[in-house]
Amino acid sequence: MPNLEHPAYPAAALLHLEGLVPCRESQVSMLLSIFGERQQFSFPSIFIYGHTSSGKTYVMQTLLKTLQLPHVFVNCVECFTSRLLLEEILIQLQSCSCETEPTSPVPCDTFNDFVRLFKQALVSRGLQDQTLYIVLDRAEQLREMEANILPAFLRLQELTDSNVTVVLLSEIVWELFRPNVGCFDPLTLYFPDYSIGHLQKILSQNHPPEYTADFYAAYINILLGVFYMVCRDLKELRHLAALNFSKYCEPVVRGEANERDTRKLWKNIEPHLKKAMQTVYLREISSSQWERLQHDGGEPGQLKGLSAHTHVELPYYSKFLLIAAYLASYNPVRTDKRFFLKHHGKIKKTNFMKKHEKTSNHLLGPKPFPLDRLLAILYSIVDKRVAPTANIFSQITSLVTLQLLSMVGQNDQLEGPRYKCTVSLDFIRAVARTVNFDIIKYLYDFL
Amino acid sequence: MSDNAAARGDMSTCSVSKGCFVFKPSTKKRKLSQSTAHDFGIRNDDSEDTELRFVTCQSLWNQIKSETEKVQEDLNKQLLDNLMNFLSRFHSEFQEKTAEWTCRMKFREIPTAALVLGVNVTDHDLTFRSVSDFLQNNITPYIALLEAKDCPGIKNLMQKLMGQLMNCYVDVDSLEDEDYVQVSQNRIRCSMSSLIKWYESVTKKTDSETPSKKRTTSTHWQSPPVVVIFKDMESFTTKVLQDFIVICSQHIHELPLVLIFGIATSPMIIHRLLPHSVSSLLCIELFQSLSCKDHLSTIIDKLLLTAQFPFKLGEKVLQVLINIFLYHDFSVQNFIKGFQLCIVEHFYSQPLSVLCCQLADLQKRVHSLSHDQCENIRRLPSFRRYVEEQESGKQVALLTTDNFLKEETQKLLEDLHVYHENYVSVLRCLHVFTSSLPKYPLGKQIRELHCACLENQVWETEEYESSLQLARMLNKSDLVTMLQQCMEILLSSSGKEFDKTVEKLKKFLTEFENLEAEAFQEQDVSISSQKELQKKTDLYHLQKTLLELKESRRSKKLTKFEMLRFEVVDYIDSLVRKYLVPADRRTLHEILYFNTAAVLRGHLNAAPRTALHTALNNPHWYLKNQALKCDGGSISNKAPDICIVYKLHLECGRLINLVDWLEAFSTVVMAGEEPNADTASSDQMDDIIHARFIRAVSELELLGFIKPSKQKTDHVARLTWGGC
Repeated sequence: MPNLEHPAYPAAALLHLEGLVPCRESQVSMLLSIFGERQQFSFPSIFIYGHTSSGKTYVMQTLLKTLQLPHVFVNCVECFTSRLLLEEILIQLQSCSCETEPTSPVPCDTFNDFVRLFKQALVSRGLQDQTLYIVLDRAEQLREMEANILPAFLRLQELTDSNVTVVLLSEIVWELFRPNVGCFDPLTLYFPDYSIGHLQKILSQNHPPEYTADFYAAYINILLGVFYMVCRDLKELRHLAALNFSKYCEPVVRGEANERDTRKLWKNIEPHLKKAMQTVYLREISSSQWERLQHDGGEPGQLKGLSAHTHVELPYYSKFLLIAAYLASYNPVRTDKRFFLKHHGKIKKTNFMKKHEKTSNHLLGPKPFPLDRLLAILYSIVDKRVAPTANIFSQITSLVTLQLLSMVGQNDQLEGPRYKCTVSLDFIRAVARTVNFDIIKYLYDFL
Repeated sequence: MSDNAAARGDMSTCSVSKGCFVFKPSTKKRKLSQSTAHDFGIRNDDSEDTELRFVTCQSLWNQIKSETEKVQEDLNKQLLDNLMNFLSRFHSEFQEKTAEWTCRMKFREIPTAALVLGVNVTDHDLTFRSVSDFLQNNITPYIALLEAKDCPGIKNLMQKLMGQLMNCYVDVDSLEDEDYVQVSQNRIRCSMSSLIKWYESVTKKTDSETPSKKRTTSTHWQSPPVVVIFKDMESFTTKVLQDFIVICSQHIHELPLVLIFGIATSPMIIHRLLPHSVSSLLCIELFQSLSCKDHLSTIIDKLLLTAQFPFKLGEKVLQVLINIFLYHDFSVQNFIKGFQLCIVEHFYSQPLSVLCCQLADLQKRVHSLSHDQCENIRRLPSFRRYVEEQESGKQVALLTTDNFLKEETQKLLEDLHVYHENYVSVLRCLHVFTSSLPKYPLGKQIRELHCACLENQVWETEEYESSLQLARMLNKSDLVTMLQQCMEILLSSSGKEFDKTVEKLKKFLTEFENLEAEAFQEQDVSISSQKELQKKTDLYHLQKTLLELKESRRSKKLTKFEMLRFEVVDYIDSLVRKYLVPADRRTLHEILYFNTAAVLRGHLNAAPRTALHTALNNPHWYLKNQALKCDGGSISNKAPDICIVYKLHLECGRLINLVDWLEAFSTVVMAGEEPNADTASSDQMDDIIHARFIRAVSELELLGFIKPSKQKTDHVARLTWGGC
């Protein structure tokens, strides 16, 4: 394992840093060699990418903090406009080197202003002779801002003519960022995923004080055995580990097993973890509910998850409207005659079909239909006479607000509105059952 | 489920042809002013007590309103308590900030309450108002209510959020805070960091304040949570929600945020809107509000099936209101609005509704009736029926002497009140029986039974017959519990007539108890017959004895229990026949019961398409001009141009040739006029007709019947159906 070495920084600080960033030593040493000494100019922009929770943000933060390098750390999701982003950088810059209360922020609308104000701030804070690091986390958001923001940040060193390095952190590759022309390519650096060994090492690091490290490491081993297949997110795993640890300890606390009795402990925890994978991990039930269940010793079966509540109660005509919309979405228009006219004659499906209709409409997804067709189908599937009252029309609107229908192409004001039905077959079958309507008989796909 | 104004606002502009017109029942609460009271009687003269009627209507509605509010409060209580528990749990967690290992290791999730409120979006506002009032009074002053239509982007959302939060800060403290005024004058930076700064400053300030000054915040918790309510979760865009949640989760340590999602459909929507990476930042707990059907039942129970209010709904009207609820909107608010409309309509259109008051006021009001009002009473159909049944001397007195009439009226109205009280109690008793029968021949809900009883004499219906049949097969334990329930209902009712009934029921109950002692003997008999059976081995004899046994059982051998059961059912039947007479058979029911369903239907069930078609197809309907009266499909040239154009366009297909249309139009218009030989004037005439035609066509376009088409030149496309 390469020990971190760099002539510019004290060995003690480096050693401390190494302890803080397990399994990322090679990346850190790479970064250190790029950064160089404090006063040396570094690469103008560095692009770091890697999967969710591969330690990009954490490594950058710890590195800059422990070595006490002047830096500005900004999350681009939080600063959703360029103005907010630029102002945030300036505010942090003002407060980073001196303890004085920051003066009220100067409005900074354009990048031009930013460059000017940035230079001023550098001079006033006495940072000219050190490299300043600007870290932009979740940099993929930059693409949605004005077109000049990203290229300008990449060339900030050149534009401000000062010692500054911009570090972009992102989960996607550089190729998806690259603007068309005149762009400075940053130095790209990849953070690979943590392997299972890495995860084991990192997770075992923070063991609870009342238990030994070995005991906790064994627990993490079991946990990873269950969850590694579905989840490699370090944060999530750590959360799950904390949630379920008390259950793991139960036999030890009750005195039924000692800490070495791994087999017994495994038998106790494994089904529990599997259940957790189906419930807490998917956020079907919340972690606090899970903890309470664990505490009371109840079965997780008692609590219904979010997905268990699929039933939606609708007014009578809304149900029929939804059914009509479903039929209109999934049946070809030509088949309406066959389904909804009394004397349609005998039409065999085989002669009837065009070539492209041989694929199931359910695989192709819902098709848009005009309002009139919806109403025509509604009138023929409801037994009673339905008057086209305002109540019926407003129900259609309500179904749209409930996202059970969706409106398509709203560009023409006078065009009859077109809709799509967005509910699933299972849902519509459940609805149809409540009004004794055999929807399968009316679906072209199931003829 | 009729829609909130927001969605409708968006939609109504998208197409005129869709014909979704905003329609609100015209039940705006009448202000207690002289002018409105005057409106009330604008078509009647003052002899009909218009002012008194107006005041009565007002006070009645106020009573009913406060009653409904009370009901709503009770219904929401459970939900609010659960919410309170939820919040307090997270709040204590936030306050502790323990260094305990699990707390350190666990990811700090944003507490999120998912409120499943049902599809009646119009009612949600009320629920949210009560939720936010409740939170404001008990937990935290910092509440923001967000609606999807205000938040198309994350920026708007933050602006809205900060605006609401910082304003509420002003509400809590006095306005003397200069800092705040400055901040509001500058443009607030819409970022989370400024929100956090604001929160810190506010909480610090309230902490440092002297307790006496903290009067308004005293009920709130220490470092109260910031509650953000998303009113209509379904309508928010995924991106906005995701960004907001990601931002929030980064600051959850500094800012105790709590999210509340208002969900109309099912909680599945959370998973549909948020990917796992985002939903894993939340700690979601589900809260279900009462189903709207239960809510309606409670409202009907408290407003209609009670003797508290003199005003009653007739069968047809109730049916209209319930149908709108069940078939169209599921909205309890609309039901109450409809009920209010009934009250206003009743007091407005029925001069005698002045007598629709509490019993205590009745005597005074009856005696101050004018002669005209007495004539009104004599004109009531139910009263005329009543008069015809009387002997001739009394008939004359009723028809000629006002004072005698008044006394009689008072007596009859008092009878009507007593009838209603008894009716409700007996209805509930009957419901106890019918609601436990298999397949519910008379309906499961008491409202269905109520409608059936109001409609006609319930004992003449087949459903009643079959439910009696079923009731005759009830087992003993069920029967006993039902009788006990009935007894409780009758005891709690205020009617005085039920003493005998209660006694009778008690007698039944004791007889049932006595039966148990006798049961042993019965068993002996049956066992002996069983034994006889076993002796026979011959198939023929066996069959014969079985048949005999069956016969005997059917004809005579009713057990004591069965006899008693018959007696009970017959007794209930007699109660029903005595007390559940339909209201419209009662004399003077017109005064207390509102039964003009057609008016209500006209108000609540608007049919914009039909109205538009009628107006254009048959202008006489609205304009009442004799010249326009036409028969069948012929087109009169006297009709307004747009009507002619409309009628002509009905005959066309999907695409309409403008030239042909103009030709037809000019033929119709010229039909009445003399053919003119002068070419110059006819040219001029053509120009005028052309202009009239163009105007009519553009009016049709404005109404959304046609639109210009790009498929063919000189053609317009028809937008309504009926095209060939």
